[in-house]
Amino acid sequence: MTGGISKRIYRIQFALLSPDEVRKLSQVKVITADTYDDDGYPIERGLMDLHMGVIEPGLKCATCGGKVDECPGHFGHIEMAMPVLHVGFIKEIKTFLDSTCKVCGRIKLTPDEIANYRAKFEDIDMATSDPEIIGMMSKKVTDEATPRLVCPHCGSQQKKVILDKPTTFREEGIKVTPKEVRERLERIPDEDLIFFALNHEVARPEWMVLTVLSVPPINVRPSITLETGERSEDDLTHKLVDIIRISQRLRESRDNGSPQLIIEDLWDLLQFHVTTYFDNQTAGIPPARHRSGRALKTLVQRLKGKEGRFRSNLSGKRVNFSARTVISPEPFLSVNEVGVPEKAARELTVPVTVNIFNMESIREVIKRGSGPRDEFGRYVTGVNYIIRPDGRRIKVTDQNAEENSKRIEVGWTVERQLMEGDIVLFNRQPSLHRMSMMSHTVRILPDQTFRFNLAVCTPYNADFDGDEMNLHIIQKEEARAEARIIMKVQEQIMSPRFGGPIIGGIHDHITSMFLLTHDNPLYSEERTVHMLNYLDIDEMPEPVIKDCKKYYSGRDIFSLILPKTLNMRFRSKLCSSAKERCEYEKEPEDKEVYIVNGRMIHGTIDEAAIGPFSGIIVDRIFRKYGPEEAAKFIDRMTRLAVGFISYRGFSTGISDYDIPEDAVSRIEEISSQAVERINKLIETFRKGLFQASPGRSVEESLEIEILSETGKVRDESGKIASAYLGLTNPSVIMARSGARAKMLNISEVAGMVGQQSVRGGRLNRGYYNRTLPHFKPGDIGALARGFVQSSYKSGLNPLEYFMHSIGGREGLVDTAVRTSRSGYMQRRLINAFEDLKVDEDRRVQDTVGAVIQFKYGEDGVDPTRSDKGKTVDVDYNAFDIENEVVE
Amino acid sequence: MGKFNVLQHDLVPEHHLVPVGEEDKVLKELDISKDLLPKISRNDPTVKALEDIHGKLDNGRIIKIIRKSPTVGYSIYYRVISGEVFK
Repeated sequence: MTGGISKRIYRIQFALLSPDEVRKLSQVKVITADTYDDDGYPIERGLMDLHMGVIEPGLKCATCGGKVDECPGHFGHIEMAMPVLHVGFIKEIKTFLDSTCKVCGRIKLTPDEIANYRAKFEDIDMATSDPEIIGMMSKKVTDEATPRLVCPHCGSQQKKVILDKPTTFREEGIKVTPKEVRERLERIPDEDLIFFALNHEVARPEWMVLTVLSVPPINVRPSITLETGERSEDDLTHKLVDIIRISQRLRESRDNGSPQLIIEDLWDLLQFHVTTYFDNQTAGIPPARHRSGRALKTLVQRLKGKEGRFRSNLSGKRVNFSARTVISPEPFLSVNEVGVPEKAARELTVPVTVNIFNMESIREVIKRGSGPRDEFGRYVTGVNYIIRPDGRRIKVTDQNAEENSKRIEVGWTVERQLMEGDIVLFNRQPSLHRMSMMSHTVRILPDQTFRFNLAVCTPYNADFDGDEMNLHIIQKEEARAEARIIMKVQEQIMSPRFGGPIIGGIHDHITSMFLLTHDNPLYSEERTVHMLNYLDIDEMPEPVIKDCKKYYSGRDIFSLILPKTLNMRFRSKLCSSAKERCEYEKEPEDKEVYIVNGRMIHGTIDEAAIGPFSGIIVDRIFRKYGPEEAAKFIDRMTRLAVGFISYRGFSTGISDYDIPEDAVSRIEEISSQAVERINKLIETFRKGLFQASPGRSVEESLEIEILSETGKVRDESGKIASAYLGLTNPSVIMARSGARAKMLNISEVAGMVGQQSVRGGRLNRGYYNRTLPHFKPGDIGALARGFVQSSYKSGLNPLEYFMHSIGGREGLVDTAVRTSRSGYMQRRLINAFEDLKVDEDRRVQDTVGAVIQFKYGEDGVDPTRSDKGKTVDVDYNAFDIENEVVE
Repeated sequence: MGKFNVLQHDLVPEHHLVPVGEEDKVLKELDISKDLLPKISRNDPTVKALEDIHGKLDNGRIIKIIRKSPTVGYSIYYRVISGEVFK
């Protein structure tokens, strides 16, 4: 908790445990495979011997006398009947056997070579050199010694040793027993060990063959008591039971002179158990299983991988003061707020340190107890715990609240329940960018879900089909300050990814704003008042008088939520491609959105103006007026949008895709013409008359030609269909305004679905030479290769439906594959970048101080504050100054 | 075909050798010690190209790289020649 470095690692030494050390480490020699006796008391010299620690309350450790929480546990040991190989060192053992003499144990190098290499090894400092380089040197030496068939020292004949995975060594087909292996390793002299990069003072090769097995403390493998009162042992204990049992049988068989065959079988079995005790996923042997069929989780499995000790327990942190529940939308909240269910708010607490200034007010809060409500039954903050300066926690209940309120003094801490206005962190996984975790202020709401403004869905990438999110309560003042200044939603409106707003109106917000401003509709005073009721604005816009009645124009209503000095000129999405006159606007000048002094003169508000990623109005407001104004605009805009569209009403249905009979038949005609044309193409191809395009084979050219043909038909049918679907059609409004879907989707519904594809080409997989048995082999016509002539509305025939499903499956597979791959890629990047930091003069450094970049991004530009990656937009600033009101 | 000079390629930024006499000045300006500068392998094609001009370069020589940047025009980067093998 306190800062500063108390200890620094000076060096780390890796060594092997010798049998003697294992015995010295041990508090008890385990000889019985049993755990508890009938009374449930640990059996002496059994696997649960009290010398190895205690896990049951009431008992005392036989070694240190400590109780459950005091005793850290102690090691025991098992004496093996016969030596067995340690799987973790198989590779090393193989090198030893390969490169040393089986008779004299010397490394198979000539004295000259030995002197030569020894000098090289002694030249480098084993303790500080790169282990990889030492490893390479050692490999070079052993590679040279391995192939020699005559020992240069004793002249004896050598045989090639083959490793029969995972743990059997053979010499010319004859098994080399672990005992024999151990004897050979024992013969290797200390002075030759340097060539294997082994320090003979702490590691002898024969220690890689186990004669004694260390038994981990009980704390490492605690047994659990089930509800039924039954004891269930840890996987490691199970494995150790197996080892002891087989070791005993092996010892008995050996001692009473059983046939060699039986002894060897038992020996192999012991080897199997010891191997799986270390690693239960060793290649070449079946994993040891529990009675239920579940594979045992042994030592390696405890450490390795995502669920292993390192990634899951040491790098993965779990925290208190957090909550998780389902999310749902609440358009009446500000983007900066989050709705917290009462139930969660009662559990989540903020620590408040008592001082002379807040003592009285805190007393009042404690007096309320832990579940207070006001006279209307509404949530009021209570207190769950008070903490004395010595760290003792006292639970506050309704009974002791009065009394506890008197006990607090300066220096005590009071854990107060959440209240409105508290600042909290809100997060949705996967946290792929910094906007995945932002701070919100709390609103306490009834019911069970977290709620937030819909505009914040985009940065979190959230929807409400069952998504859950996490909430963290900040516990310290410094963190609260940071959260308030840099993590608040309004501070995160601009994305560092593209230098534009990532927060903006979505779906109905865009539709609504589009309807409100397109063609500048007029609304009666009554309707206007109704809409403005949703806003915190109490002034009416300038009315338009028509037929002696007051009307208000949509753009004037929209102007109310704009800052009063905003000047803008931009092209809406609706007219983005129009050069001269926009076909969707009645007035030519509506092609451009024009805002002068906070008043919208013409144009249409759509995705380009207020949407996330593109929202140019949000962008300008943020730059000119700052985060607060931008958040205010988004709040008001979403409220106005919801207010307007609820009042006006908006819906779509299947009849919106109705097109006249003759349009349908025209589409049918062009699609059958296309099939015809494709058949002709295939015919010319069959005759061998088809011209290949440059750089492609004839087959490829044909495919491309057909593909472009089907593409053309789909576009054409889309054109025919959309000719009857104008801007009065709700679906077209959604597509054109950018609220949801594209025109393509509409033409799929009304016109024709078109060619289905897998990996960019027409469907060609399935049966031999054909996609389905409904076609002749070798048929490469349009219909046989997934051309869908029907529309979604008219319905697909079974063949088309099948083809469509094939195309659809590709998308699903792609997303599944992509997420896992990009996840791993990101993990590697995070690990590479995690300790880089940007210092005061924007220099990027690692923890050592080595420079990565002299200026962040080589230019020192904060991409968040850049204008879509550029430094400034001169044209816009000129326009803004031009239109500035001189006061 | 003559030997290809990577430094003349459009996508390779300008590389200059910092004279030994100016090294201290550069390090002082950056307020940094030499071992904390970014490294460049002596096997890097640009180092080899520079060696063609200046003769053999020792480890520890500083190379100044001038990169074009769309935001600030030019950005200057320094790297020190290293004999380390990069993986």
